[in-house]
Parts: sequence; C-alpha cells; structure tokens
Amino acid sequence: MAETAAIELKNISKYFGGKAANKNVNLSINTGEILSILGENGSGKTTLMNMIAGIYFPDEGQIFIDGKEVVIRSPRDAFKYKIGMIHQHFKLVDVFSATENIILGIENKEKFDLKAAANRVKEISERYGFDVDPMKKIHEMSVSEKQTVEIIKVLYRGADILILDEPTAVLTPQETQKLFSVLRKMKDDGKSIIIITHKLHEVLSLSDRVAVLRKGEYVGTVRTAEADEAILTEMMVGKKVSLNIERSEPKNCEERLIIKNLNCVDREGVKILNNVSFTAHSGEILGIAGIAGSGQRELLEAIAGLQKVNEGEILYNNPKTGECDNLRDKTPMQIRDLGVRLSFVPEDRLGMGLVGNMDIIDNMMLRSYRKGHSMFLERKGPRDLAEKIIKDLEVVTPDAKTPVRRLSGGNIQKILVGREIAAAPTVLMAAYPVRGLDIGASYTIYNLLNKQKEKGVAVIFVGEDLDVLIELCDRIIVIGSGSITGTVDARTATKEEIGLLMTKSTAHGGEA
Amino acid sequence: MLAFLVSSIRLGMAFLFGSTGETITEKSGHLNLGIPGVMCVGASCGCFAEYLYLSAAGPDANYFLAVFIPIIATMLGGAVMGLIFSFLTVTLRANQNVTGLALTTFGVGVSDYMIAETGAVYSKGSRFFTSSFPFAEDLGWFGELFLSHGILIYLAIIIALVSSFVLTKTRVGLNLRSVGENPATADAAGINVSRYRYAATCIGCAIAGLGGLSFIMDYLNGNWEYCIDAIGWLAIALVIFTVWKPSIAIIGSIIFGALYIASSYITGVSFASKEIFKMLPYVVTIVVLVFTSIRNKRDNQPPQSLGLSYFREER
Repeated sequence: MAETAAIELKNISKYFGGKAANKNVNLSINTGEILSILGENGSGKTTLMNMIAGIYFPDEGQIFIDGKEVVIRSPRDAFKYKIGMIHQHFKLVDVFSATENIILGIENKEKFDLKAAANRVKEISERYGFDVDPMKKIHEMSVSEKQTVEIIKVLYRGADILILDEPTAVLTPQETQKLFSVLRKMKDDGKSIIIITHKLHEVLSLSDRVAVLRKGEYVGTVRTAEADEAILTEMMVGKKVSLNIERSEPKNCEERLIIKNLNCVDREGVKILNNVSFTAHSGEILGIAGIAGSGQRELLEAIAGLQKVNEGEILYNNPKTGECDNLRDKTPMQIRDLGVRLSFVPEDRLGMGLVGNMDIIDNMMLRSYRKGHSMFLERKGPRDLAEKIIKDLEVVTPDAKTPVRRLSGGNIQKILVGREIAAAPTVLMAAYPVRGLDIGASYTIYNLLNKQKEKGVAVIFVGEDLDVLIELCDRIIVIGSGSITGTVDARTATKEEIGLLMTKSTAHGGEA
Repeated sequence: MLAFLVSSIRLGMAFLFGSTGETITEKSGHLNLGIPGVMCVGASCGCFAEYLYLSAAGPDANYFLAVFIPIIATMLGGAVMGLIFSFLTVTLRANQNVTGLALTTFGVGVSDYMIAETGAVYSKGSRFFTSSFPFAEDLGWFGELFLSHGILIYLAIIIALVSSFVLTKTRVGLNLRSVGENPATADAAGINVSRYRYAATCIGCAIAGLGGLSFIMDYLNGNWEYCIDAIGWLAIALVIFTVWKPSIAIIGSIIFGALYIASSYITGVSFASKEIFKMLPYVVTIVVLVFTSIRNKRDNQPPQSLGLSYFREER
C-alpha cells in the first residue's frame, strides 16, 4: 500500500503464563476503512485489540501510528493516539448517567460542567444518528442503548480509530442494521474502524478487508470483495468446514411438554409472560425466536422451576413411567431429576451455571455432588467427564484444573452446554448456547443438539440468529412482549416473516 | 435535655469523622475494616503530640499550635495506617477484610502502648480543644446548642460537607466513584485506579483518625478510655446507615450519638439495660439495611466493587 496506514502492528506477541495468546501478528488499518478481525474463540482477537487500546501491554513487537512508532502503556496513552475501544463486556458504571460515563476520566482545564457535556453528547448523537438520553442512568438502559453510550464515549474523546469487540452479539437484527449504518457513516467521516465478529455474513456485508487469526497467529488479510464464507471459514479453522446443518425429519414424536396458559409476573409486578401455550414434542427441535428480553428467559426458568408461575400449567409426560406430572408443583431439583435440563447462557456467560473461580472438574461436580455415597468427594467421574468435554468440544484450556474464569468466553460456554447434555436429559432447553461462539464451535453445538433430537429428546432452542433458527429447528414459536405472536414451520418460513412476528405484540396469547 | 443534645453532638462528631473517612475509602472500592484501629492510632498520635508539645512549651502554650500540632499528628498517623492498608491490598493484593481486621488489632495495640507511655490523661490539652466562641454563653440555648463547641466539632461538619460536594459535584469525585463501582471501566477510561485507591484510603484514614482525637479530647475531656475501637465499629455502621452519603451522616451521627448515650440520661435503668441501649445504633443500622434492601434502589447500594481487588490483566 502506498499510503501510510492509520495504525500498523509489527510482530506483536503476548504471552499469558507461558502460553502465547498472540504470536507475531502483523496488521494494518487504513484511514476511512472498516477492517474485520475474524477468528475462533481463544484465537487472540480480543487480546490483540486490548493491546492497541492499552489494556494489555505487548511482550514483543512494535505499533506504528501514522508511520511513527508509539508505545501504548495505558488506555490514557491510547486516547492520546485517538484510539477508542468498545468492549464486548461494556465498561460502564451502572449508577452513573450516560453523560457521566462519557466524560469519565477525561482531564481538561475546563470547568466540570455536566450540562455542557450533555449538550455535546446530544450534538454527537445527532451527527451520527444515535438515539440516547444523556441523563438516563445506565442501569435503566437496554443493551443497545448501553452500546450506543460506549460508542459516543469514544467519539466524545475524538477517537479516529474505533475498535468494536463483538458489537452485534447482543443486538437484534434491526439494531444491528442501525449500528452498521452508523459505522458506515463514521467511515465516510474518515474514521478507521476495526470490528471483531463471528458472524460471517456481517463481515461480508460491512467490512472492506478481513484479517484472520488462528490460535493466536496471524493467517492473512483478504479484501472482502474477493472473499466468501467458505474461504474465510477455511482460513479461520485451517480446514474445510461444512456449513450445513443436517436436519433430519422428526421421528417418534410424542407430546413431551405441554404448556397451558402460562402467566408470570416479575418482582415489580409487571407481567412478563401472558397466556403462553405450546407443546414441545420429543425428537424435535422447537425454536423460540424473539427480541432479547421478551420473556424467553422467564419462560424457560418457569419450566425449570426457577420462576414463580402465577397461572397456568406445565404438564410433563414422563417417558419412563408414562405418567403425566405437573411441573408447577415441583422443586427445581425434582424437575431436574425428571430429566428436564436447562442450559442457559446469559450475556455474561458466568452468571448462571458455572462458578468462575472453580476449575472445570469442580464445575462438573456441581451437577453431580448429590450422587456421591461416601463422605468424601468422588472426583474420578467428574474428571473423566471434564476431559471428555474438553476433547469432544475442543475446549482450549491448559488442563482440566484451570479455573473456568480464566478461559475465553466461548470455551466457558462449551463447558456449560457440554455438561448439561452429558446428563442425558429428556427435555433439553438451550438458551443462546452459541452466544459469542465462533463458527466451528457453533456447529459443534448444533450437531450436539441434533444428536439429542435423534435420541428422542425434546429440544427447546432459544436463539438470536434467525438464519440458524430456520436451518436448525423444526418448528419456531415467536414470542413478543411475553405473548406468543405466532408459530411457523421452520422449513418454509422466511426471516422477514419471523422478524415481523417478533415486533408484533398481541394483546391475547396465541396458540401453538 | 439541652445537655443531652450537646453531648449527642459532641459524641456524634467522633462518629462523623470516622464515617466520612470510611465513606471516602469505600467509594474507592476499599472496604476498610481497620477504621477502629485507625481511630485508635490517630487518637494516640494526636494525644502523644499534644503531650510532647505541652511539656516543651510549658505555660506559654499557644492555642493554634496546641490545636494544630495534634490534628496534624493525628492525620499523619491515620494516613500511615491507610498507606499500610493500601500497600497490602493494592500493591500486594491481599484480602481487604483480613487486612482491615488485622489493622484494627494492630492499631488498638499500638495506641495502648503509646498511651501507657504518656500517662493517659490529657485534660490540659483537652481544654484547648473544648474552648469555643467566647460569646456563645450570652446567646442562651441557641448559643449552647450551636456555638458552644470546640474546633473539632465544626471541622467534622465542614469536612463532611466538603467531602459530599467533592464526591457528587466534581470530576475527582466522579472518577473516584467510578473506581469503586467498576474499576475495569475506570481503568479503560484512563483513570489510574491504584493511585485513586491509595489516595482515597489515606485521606479517608486521616479523616477517620480525627474521630479518635475528637472522642478523647472533646467528648471525654482528655481522659483516655480504652473503647475507641467501639466508636470505630459504630462509624462503619454509620456509613451503611447513611447509605454512603456524608451529608446525611451529619444528622445520622448525631442520632447515633444520642442513641449511644441515651441510657445515661434516662433515670432508673439498670446496668444491664444500659448495655442494651448501647446496642441501639447497630439495631437501627440493621433496620436501615433491611429497608434499603427491600426498596432495592440502585442509587442506595454500596459501591459495586466494594471489597474487591483490581488487577488489570486478570480475566
């Protein structure tokens, strides 16, 4: 390239406890360009970006900005070079307002004036088409609003190089489109944008060039115009991966779980589930689509016995005894023992299901500790299970004794999902099991779910990616503001059809 | 009644120093359970300095020196304790609860030693601290209630008001609160988390130390008593009682003071029931905790990262 790159990395390496997270990475971004960084979980994308943003310091290598070598020791240094990063886990203070968060850490000679700052925030919002109330507290905001605040935060500091770490992982398709149009506007404004993502179609539609990392090493950069999904996947994984989900016809369908007129209210007394009724069959994957926070979580928790049910029935046909139980009267433990398993992957991944400070083996034991008969802990079974999951799902970890907290997000998730599936359930509820996972890992999970389906398990899959829902599921129910707004056959439905149902909210519950 | 109120205020200000100091510390994310020890050390440093100054100056002791030398000594003593705490928890990343409790035991021991060396009576020095506006007596109940106090009482209120202003209305305050709420965020925003934690803890401990001095020199008129650590625990309770707001703590501290001494002003209570009265501040704190938890308003919760160490490169 003839022009000097806005930022250039040369032979960057970073080690964590002897293990290389990044090794000899070379990368450059031009002004007014959108560059995607693609790579599997644990391939060091976030680590690399953190080094540019000053969170980590590279062990080896050089960084050049506008052709001059620079040393970025702290986030403050990064601001100085007009670099701003929007982290995957938002770096916002919950009890502060948007404006307070935005001006946090800025040092200048001017008087401390929140009003003036709020006005500037408004100005920036209008310029790029954001919609945010500068005085709203963060804990009252939706995920997409929080992200907007993060972006304004770096723009407020006059950043010219923006790094976004998996910005679309938590957004609805509509919100994603909005974000992309904002990013394109910024690009036209002469800003350089680096975006980390797993979603190939987003890479292809948004970026100018794509850089690929594999296991911490730099594989190469391609122009998006010359790339397609197959090429990128091959670069990422290092081998050809089939991108088709093999969907078999449902077999031996029996009514396994019958939900009748389910009503729930949350702690503030707001209705979150409104007359929800549907049936889940064995040997079938039932998809649940909906905008985040429409009641999917509460629905699954109600079935698992974690959410109080105000009205309605949850009937479970036990395949072993042939009896019909009402799960409403049972404790979570009893429900679990019946074979109804919930694997919920929350936005922060560690929130439900795993204990961050405990190692993988101990986390396996969390589900089996009641099975022991002697006074002492029996570690052999859990260890075997842990090792099996590490092997089968290709978890990247030094060993089974590593605290889960130290693993990268996707690997944590594999452990969580792997453990629930290992329990041989009759009903498997998976909420966002591939949230933030890379392609290879996602397809591993899809195949796992498909295998469960073939075994005759009733699988309930709550997903975000409509493309996947349509490819993976047999039937899809769409939920909007706590009510079922429609049921579609996944084999014939279109994305648009489901998207429309997602935004529709009916006053009365639908039947499924 | 008037005497009761005046005593409540005088005792309350010892709480106020402690709780203002602890609030500042906690806003940085440091749960310093060493406050009782800090107050002991602060008080004994102050008393020791006063003892040295008065024995050196003899009868020509000057009001300003006699007041400010102990105040400075107290704050220095407190700040050193804060420095120890920060060094252990920030630099060496020790557990905050353990460090704090160790500091309390340590502080009580150190002060006992220093006091044993000097004789434990500071009534001469105390006179400087309790002397007030000369015209207060002419103004009746108003004068007695508001103007009859020594310098430390006013200092406590001024510090609480200033702290409250700094915490809510300035850039430094905003940065400090962000460090306590979410250090990773503060760090990403370019705020030096370690520096803020060190500074807040040292300043907080310096202020808290004054609580010990106020208790001995003002409330007890210079008679050393070995119960400063009890005042320290109440000061920590007061932080919770006032939901981390120094401005509310001004009223709260007087309430605590009143509850603590109420038994002495009510006739006909047995020794045992006196002890029950002394328990009241804690009971009130629990009640407040119950109410704030039920209401569950995000603004009245402790700083989110309270008690957690922060290390940048840890996941």
